[in-house]
Order: sequence, then C-alpha cells, then structure tokens
Amino acid sequence: MLAVPVLADLAFIWGPALVSVALSLFNWSGIGGLHARGCIPGGLFPDNGCFNGVQNYHQAATNYPPFWPAVRHNLSWLGVFVFLATPLGMFFAVLIDSGLKGSRVYQTVLFLPVMLSLALIGIIWEFLYSPNYGVINTVIGHNTNANLIDWLGDPSINLWSVLVEASWRQAGYVMVLYLAGLKAVDPSLQEAARIDGASAWQTFWHVTFPSIMPMNIVVAVVTVIESLRAFDLVYITNKGTNGLELLSALITSNIVGETSRIGFGSALGVVLLVISLVPISVFLYQMFVRREAR
Amino acid sequence: MRRTAWRTGAYAFMIVACLAWLVPVLLALYVSFRPNAETSQYGYASLPHHLTFRNYTDAWAQSDMLRFFGNSVLITVPAVILTLLLASMVAFVVTRVSIKVNLALLLLFTAGNLLPQQVIITPLYRLYLLIPLPGFLSPSGYLFDSYTGLIVINVAFQTGFCVFVLSNYMRTIPGEMYEAAEVDGAGLWARYWRLTLPLCRPALAALATLLTTWIYNDFFWAITLISTGGKRPVTSALANLQGQFVSNQNLIAAAAMIVAVPTLVVYLLLQRQFIAGLTLGSTKG
Repeated sequence: MLAVPVLADLAFIWGPALVSVALSLFNWSGIGGLHARGCIPGGLFPDNGCFNGVQNYHQAATNYPPFWPAVRHNLSWLGVFVFLATPLGMFFAVLIDSGLKGSRVYQTVLFLPVMLSLALIGIIWEFLYSPNYGVINTVIGHNTNANLIDWLGDPSINLWSVLVEASWRQAGYVMVLYLAGLKAVDPSLQEAARIDGASAWQTFWHVTFPSIMPMNIVVAVVTVIESLRAFDLVYITNKGTNGLELLSALITSNIVGETSRIGFGSALGVVLLVISLVPISVFLYQMFVRREAR
Repeated sequence: MRRTAWRTGAYAFMIVACLAWLVPVLLALYVSFRPNAETSQYGYASLPHHLTFRNYTDAWAQSDMLRFFGNSVLITVPAVILTLLLASMVAFVVTRVSIKVNLALLLLFTAGNLLPQQVIITPLYRLYLLIPLPGFLSPSGYLFDSYTGLIVINVAFQTGFCVFVLSNYMRTIPGEMYEAAEVDGAGLWARYWRLTLPLCRPALAALATLLTTWIYNDFFWAITLISTGGKRPVTSALANLQGQFVSNQNLIAAAAMIVAVPTLVVYLLLQRQFIAGLTLGSTKG
C-alpha cells in the first residue's frame, strides 16, 4: 500500500529536487553525457557536460542581468501579499464573521477569483488594463495615443499591475483560511472584552488575533510559498520579461526557451529550493509541535 | 450609537469590495458579448450597440475547443481518482498501522507538496525525456509530451496535500472501531477499503472537488511537459489561443468564459465542499 505512492513521490518530487543540486554543478545543455572533467575557465570551446563547481551560481549572481531584478520582484511580491492581500483577506474574514447580513453572498463573491485559473485571471484583467480600449485608461482619460498608460507593458509599473491581479485572488484565499480559524474562537471571550469596554480594535488585537495564532502561521507559510511560486500571471502576461522577471520564470525560460541550459537552470532552481525550505520547515515544525502537544 | 456607525461602515465596505471584486469577471463577460468592430472603435467601457453570441460560436468552432476539453477530461479524471486512492492508502498506513517511519513519511509527503513546482522542473524535464513508455500510453514514446506524463506529475505533486488532510481526518476515527473490526477478522485491506474509506467520504468528496479544480486549472505542468499544442488541456491551450487571435480580444473573452464554466459550475454547486477541502488541512492539524 505504501510502495507505489512513496516511490512516485521520491522519483518525481524529491529525486528531481536532489538531482537539481547535482546538475547545478555542471555546465550542460542536456544533450550528450556528463563527465567529471573540470570546465576550463575562459576556454574557447564550450565544453558541454563538464564539471563547473559553483560557477553557475557565481554567474547567476554576477553575470546574468535578470537575476537580481527577479529576486527584487519576488520580494515585492511577498511585500504586497504581506502588507496588502493578507490583511485585506483577514479584514474580510473578520467582517463576515462578525455576523453581517448576507455574509454568504460576500463570501461567495470574494472567493470567486480563487476558483479561476491564474492563466484565466491574466487574460480577463487585460480588458481593464488594455492601453487603448481598457476600462481604466478610459475612465481616467488616458486613452488617446498621446497619453496612453501601458499598465502591463511599461516595466516601471507592470509588476504592480500584475500584483493587483494576484492580490485580487490571494485575498479571497486568505479570507477563507481565516474564516475557518475564526470559527474556533470562543465568542464569550470577545463578548467579555466588549463588556469590559474594549473597542472593536482592542477586542480584535488582544482577544481574537492571539486565539487564531495557529491559523496565522498557516497563512504566513501560504503567503511566502505563494510568492515564491508566482509564475502563471507573469508568464501569461509577457513570459516573465521586461519588468516581470521572477525566479520561477527564469528557471522555466532556461529549459523551455531556445537555449537549453540545464546546469544553469538547476542552479536557479536550487536557489529557489533553499529559500522555500525556510517556510516549509516552519510549517512542518508547527505541525509537529502542535501534534506533540496534544 | 458608535456600534451602529461601525456596522453601517462595515456594510458599505463589504458592498463596495464585492462590487469591485466582480468588475473583472463581469467586464470580460460583457466584452465577450460585444462585436470586436464595436469595441475597437469605442473601447470596452462604452454602451453596447449590439450584443451577440457570435464570439462564442466562433471561439468554439475556430479553436478546436472540444478537443482541448477532451484532453482536460482525459488528464483530470484519472489524476483525481489516482491521487485520492494513493493518498488515502498512505494516510491509512500513517495513522492506523504503527511503523516507526510514520512521521518521516508524513513529513516527506507534506513537504513535497509545498515545494514550488519550478524547483523540480529542470531535472523533471530531463527525466521525462529519459523514461520510455509503450506506444499505447504515449505516442511520443516517452513520458514527455504524453497524457500519462501529465497525470503522473499531477498525482505525485497533489498526493502530499491529500495525505496531510486525510491523515488528520482519519485520526478522528475512534480506535475502538478498528479493534472491533480486527476481532471480527477483518484484514488490513478490509479495514482500509470497507471501514476507513466509507468513513472518510466527506473528506474525500471535499478533496475531489478541490483536486478537480486545481488539476483542471493547472498551467505550469502542461506548458512545460507537453510540447504538442494539440495535446494540451484547455487551460494552457487558452494561452495559445491568445496568440492565435491576438487581433480579436472579444473572441478571447468568449473563450475564457467557456473555459471558466466548469470551475464556476463546481463552485456554485459544491462551494461548501471546496472550502471544506481547503481548510480541512489547516484547522485540524
């Protein structure tokens, strides 16, 4: 009963994750074999399959222009999720949980984007963002050729435009997680705080928020993981170039693009792996500790 | 008095937020009913002169949509069934059979599901080009560019989350039931198939809803591991259509709406299941 699923998980998930660490040390196009001979630094002929040590990492950090922008964009992604999408989702959940009439309708509407694929979201937002015909430019009067704003094309703003799309979805996701967390809060505690004269904000901050701590950690992990995974929206918009570089998109373009650089792509993958092990460890630790505590 | 003001504010905020949330979807729906000639003259934010189903009939006929939907079904249905079957087996062993490696197994599966897909794609892509398959499973002769390959990775990737959710769920089944079954002579398989699975029906239903949506919505595995455009499932085929009909965005809007229909139907009918699946894993742990 265990053999098939465990083998599948090892062969297709953990195997590749470990192999990428090994491949990241080679200079390989994917064609021909690997060999243990060291690459000749500055050699005239590309020696395919040679052992390159940490040169792929060195090259990524020093001689690969999209690398640092991608790191910055991933950080901006995380920042927007932490400071905008997550608090908004939490606020939605708190309002719905406070017993407003029609809460079911709000929940259905706000969660709707989570059902749609990110590829689809990227497509439908273009009707808002389109420079000539889009609703936003028409409403703010920037739809003549003299003053167009290219929301998705201009590299100084397109990351923020895409982040609005991403937050539109993420807030609904966070909302549902918090709604589940809030159901577990004892309402008599909140009532007691209110009777003692606490304001709505004080009640939330001193009573509700601490009692949903386990959910806060889950949401924190989801937030970090989702900002590392971000890919579909930038890929559908412009394949993750020109202002929309992300680590995930760089990895992908190194294998499905015209240039097949397996070693280099793996090195970028390992960078993403190491970063994502942080939130994963937090999540597992939390799960483990909570289980032991029972 | 302050409380009333606060509630009024809360209602106003929620109503404004909901309206704002609906704008992108309703706009795409509106554009999909308008002729391209009209919106290229007046923009999307204009009153309609004509409303038409033409974009829908054109999108359906010109894009081979039926075939892409067929691909999605061929990939999603086996992947969901296999994932639930494998994940429930692992969860059963982890919670009900005492072996030393239980926690390690649970960690292995849960952590595997949390990895960003791009971490493993480079070696996976090479691996898929190395593993041969018989012709009836893959016309390409390899896992790469085959439905089988796409099913395999979706199953391997989603199993982790399902193991996590199902093991939490199975832990709530009282141990006495298993002791009684054992006394009655039920073997390991009977305890799994006849006792555990029926009791897990609510969790399995919730996960099935969630998995169907996720696998149907998958974009990344399909664009990297399927190279033949005609074999792609409908979500990733939509990206190709966008390039193909770049001069007729209204047709794209109609195609996007058609592709959204299955997920919207699932959502409206099974919303409770979907949300339950999403939150089961995070609340009971």
